[in-house]
Amino acid sequence: MTGLQLSREELLKAYRLMRMIRVFEDRVSAEMASGDIPGNTHLYAGQEASAVGICLHLSESDRIASTHRGHGHCIAKGCDVDGMMAEIFGKDTGICRGKGGSMHIADLSKGMLGANGIVGGAPPIACGAALTSQILGRNDVSVAFTGDGGINQGTTAESMNLAQVWKLPVIFAVEDNGFGEATASSFVVAGEITKRAEALGMAFAKVDGVDFFAVHEAAGEAVERARRGEGPTLLHIETPRYYGHFSGDPDNYRTAEEKAAMRRDRDCLPRFRRRVDEAKLLGLDELDKIDAEVQAAIDQAVSAARSAPQPALSSLTTDVYVRY
Amino acid sequence: MAQKSFRQALNEALHHEMRRDPNVIVLGEDVAGGSGASGQKDAWGGAFGVTKGLLGAFGPARVRDTPITESAFVGAAAGAAMTGLRPVAEIMFVDFLGVCFDQIFNQAAKFRYMFGGKAVTPLVIRATYGAGTRSASQHSQALYPIFTHVPGLKVVIPSSPYDAKGLLIQAIRDNDPVIFLENKVLYDTVGEVPDGAYTVPFGEAHIVREGGDATIVALGRMVHFAREAAEILAAEGIDCTVLDPRTTSPLDEDTLLEMAEETGRVVIVDEANPRCGMAADISSIIAEKAFGALKAPIMKVTAPHTPVPYAPNLEAAYIPDAKRIADAVRKAVAFKRS
Repeated sequence: MTGLQLSREELLKAYRLMRMIRVFEDRVSAEMASGDIPGNTHLYAGQEASAVGICLHLSESDRIASTHRGHGHCIAKGCDVDGMMAEIFGKDTGICRGKGGSMHIADLSKGMLGANGIVGGAPPIACGAALTSQILGRNDVSVAFTGDGGINQGTTAESMNLAQVWKLPVIFAVEDNGFGEATASSFVVAGEITKRAEALGMAFAKVDGVDFFAVHEAAGEAVERARRGEGPTLLHIETPRYYGHFSGDPDNYRTAEEKAAMRRDRDCLPRFRRRVDEAKLLGLDELDKIDAEVQAAIDQAVSAARSAPQPALSSLTTDVYVRY
Repeated sequence: MAQKSFRQALNEALHHEMRRDPNVIVLGEDVAGGSGASGQKDAWGGAFGVTKGLLGAFGPARVRDTPITESAFVGAAAGAAMTGLRPVAEIMFVDFLGVCFDQIFNQAAKFRYMFGGKAVTPLVIRATYGAGTRSASQHSQALYPIFTHVPGLKVVIPSSPYDAKGLLIQAIRDNDPVIFLENKVLYDTVGEVPDGAYTVPFGEAHIVREGGDATIVALGRMVHFAREAAEILAAEGIDCTVLDPRTTSPLDEDTLLEMAEETGRVVIVDEANPRCGMAADISSIIAEKAFGALKAPIMKVTAPHTPVPYAPNLEAAYIPDAKRIADAVRKAVAFKRS
């Protein structure tokens, strides 16, 4: 079975990251309800297998650019969870010193070029990072995360064309969670998403985003293709979005039955547990232990974020320029 | 010192910096020209010939003709800048930045701040600006006030070949995103330009001419009209200072205020539209900080609040000129408090 050749360490890491994203997002949702998070958040819960299945192939020198729904990508790419939580709380200990918030979490030292408040924001940036890699003769690849909303943006169409004519080492990861905000993608996306890549002569694959192993395999081929200098790939990843568009969205455009069925039938975590258990690759007790560790880590991140200081008012006017 | 054109000065700056730093790349529409075609390579060297010769000197990896998709290549230039290159993106006309505002305003300009000071984005976006070539409303604007408004961007408007070279070298070496605007009417103007590399620092105004009766502040092509006006006025016994800020962001407020205080009369010339333009901005700074020294109201000479027209007589009426500047100075000198 594909992907099951992963080492124990890789499997444990994948599970830990997916669980970390889920617990992080569920907790952010709960903390949002408490009113102590100052801004807005867009939660990634349900989509974990996509971020982790892709980022497990990447090293720190590979780069990703992300979306407004970016927490999962950040965690999967190695951003510090304490710093992320503090950032969302708007604190000085935040990963961006409280200046960015949920939609701008970035850690360039980890190759995470930023969540992005603009739909379709990532593809040009990821192409730029790929251009750097190509011109400097490095073997690094970059990934542009976007969605069924972002696929309609001109930036995405333009970037796909640029990447294909320049054979840039970039992967367009189109996470199709079925909704752009509150509008169904079936209502606003014409044709098949993969056909847009096909029309450009670009490699593509359509993947079940609930299946970590399927994402991991398809992403592995795309990353290898990019590293070989054979250019970009589009991955159309079908995935559920557990929460509404933003935290606090009543999500009344989906029926209760639909949402219940989504959570029951399309959950990457039990699917992963079943697979590794059946193949006797990992013990469920090991995974339960990870669950407890992750829960403790998130508890700790929230309590540290709550007690952290606000940014100094003097920081309002710093970091605009390197020198002015 | 050698006499060179504004275009050649810019071309030399690009050659210097590409030789000096392998991370400098040039990309844009037809920066070489002829890519993929059967005829000449480097056929255009940019729509205005500024990048001519770079392809032969530095090769197609570092000198790239792009698709006509400004969002993609300006955005990619921003991403490349954030990850270690020093891209110089050419936009044929500043008007076309309208199709990629997001890449400039929401992305490149804000990486550093919103990422808490971690990002460095050494990006240069070169574009032509200005009216006077019968190019009408979508190829003639002077949009520098819009970019000056955005924190995180630096905005440069050279008026002479010497400044063009020194400011472009500074822009390429600078670690912040720079919007570098070249008035296309100035490309064939000639001036003294050293052969070697040198920089002109940002935020340091150039005192083009000194006189005690009035201060004329002008940018880009308007500096030439301001000098012309000053010469006309000198013959009438009115001595003017002409001040060229050279960069609108950062803006050399100290020198502006000093010159305003010395003469007590200020005329600001701006090829941009009047509302929220540089004339309005500089006027407000002087009114707020040098009010006590003013002997007359601050005068503004700008384009009207219209798009740029096509017909030659209308276009000529649109662009500020030496006569309008001289009239404004005379009015300021004649002003008496009632």
